[in-house]
Amino acid sequence: MAHTGVLRPGFIQLRVLDMPAAVEHYTKRIGLHQVTEGPDGRVYLKAADEFDHHSIVLRRADTAGYDLMAFKVREESDLDSFEKRIVEWGYPVDHVAAGEQPGIGRRIGWMLESGHRIELYHHADQSEPKPRIHNPDVWDLEPHGMRARRFDHALLYGPNIQRNLEFFEKVLDFSCAERVDMPDGLLAIWLTASMKAHDIAFVNHPEPGKFHHAAFDLESWMDVGHAADILTRYDISVDIGPTRHGITRGQTIYFFDPSGNRNEVFAGGYSYYPDNPTRTWDAENVGKGIFYYERQLNDAFLSVVT
Amino acid sequence: MSERYTITVEGSGSADCGAGERVLVALERAQGFGRLKNMPCRLPVGCRRGGCGICRARVIEGDYRRDVMSRAHVTSDDEADGVVLACAIYPLGDLTLRLEPKRLGKNGRMAEMSQGGK
Ligand code: FES
Ligand SMILES: [Fe+2]
Repeated sequence: MAHTGVLRPGFIQLRVLDMPAAVEHYTKRIGLHQVTEGPDGRVYLKAADEFDHHSIVLRRADTAGYDLMAFKVREESDLDSFEKRIVEWGYPVDHVAAGEQPGIGRRIGWMLESGHRIELYHHADQSEPKPRIHNPDVWDLEPHGMRARRFDHALLYGPNIQRNLEFFEKVLDFSCAERVDMPDGLLAIWLTASMKAHDIAFVNHPEPGKFHHAAFDLESWMDVGHAADILTRYDISVDIGPTRHGITRGQTIYFFDPSGNRNEVFAGGYSYYPDNPTRTWDAENVGKGIFYYERQLNDAFLSVVT
Repeated sequence: MSERYTITVEGSGSADCGAGERVLVALERAQGFGRLKNMPCRLPVGCRRGGCGICRARVIEGDYRRDVMSRAHVTSDDEADGVVLACAIYPLGDLTLRLEPKRLGKNGRMAEMSQGGK
């Protein structure tokens, strides 16, 4: 089996200020489905094209932002071998019991030096809606809203991202697909465990634990245009786009959920193989790297986070 | 036509704002029309939904209705002092406000760190 260890981003847990508004946004507008609501009020959502139980968890809180992101590993035994490697690297690892989130098995978790909690898990129940597997139609349930196909990746902001780079490469076996180097050091990294151009990315930022965006995969540039129509029709706050990233080459819109957490819809992007060299960007060209058509960063890119 | 009010930004100019409109959005439009002439920089705009804190301001005078705002950027003490996120208030009359962006490293901004958890 070619793809072992960490498979993909499984789910992300975000804090929201107003739960009914958040659920409406993620289900009706982005096009996800609510799987269930937990006894503590957390709401679990998924895209109809995902098999596993959920990929987005919303927690009501009095601040917006990031709680954690969890990656799925290929084998149950991977949890033990990764735990050993993470502890050897020097990060304390804690354990979350199976069922702490409905449908999800035991998890291990730890804190990155950027101030972000990351977890690994192996088991996930499947839930409806999900793709059929025998003589399957392109979809079983007609896509709605922005027609999100899956939770794709997240971009996180915090300090010490050079340490995150070393950790993800040496301990979790990720590769660095692209990076931005400024005269005063490393600004940003795009990391992948798969053939996607990125599964997680980090931007250097003085405050730890900050959240830039969670991205949803769309089928096409046409669907990005359709998402833009929805953003205007429902007066959803837009950051930038439709445009394209030079980095990853993805077609994109950045916008905000009703609590101010940034979302992205993302289509395309190149296929990454683990033997591909890292693509690099410098200070002069970083604008084109982030927003290929505008060729400059907008004011919000480096300063607006939750 | 809904009620319209005047939002004055201390030292910068003024904007016309509908009763059901986010004050920050009215300020963005006013700046687009050149009506915040004396504002030395681009109006700080982020999420427009009370989460990121970039539009923090102090209401000097006037009544408004508020949406929920992130406590990371407006503490309850701040709130009692008239500190708001301009994107999360709607005028109930003419308003005067002063932009008060928080700088990194000031206390309130770091308060959210303890909220991490699972
Ligand atoms: S623009 Fe983000 S809180 Fe107002
Ligand atoms: Fe992204």
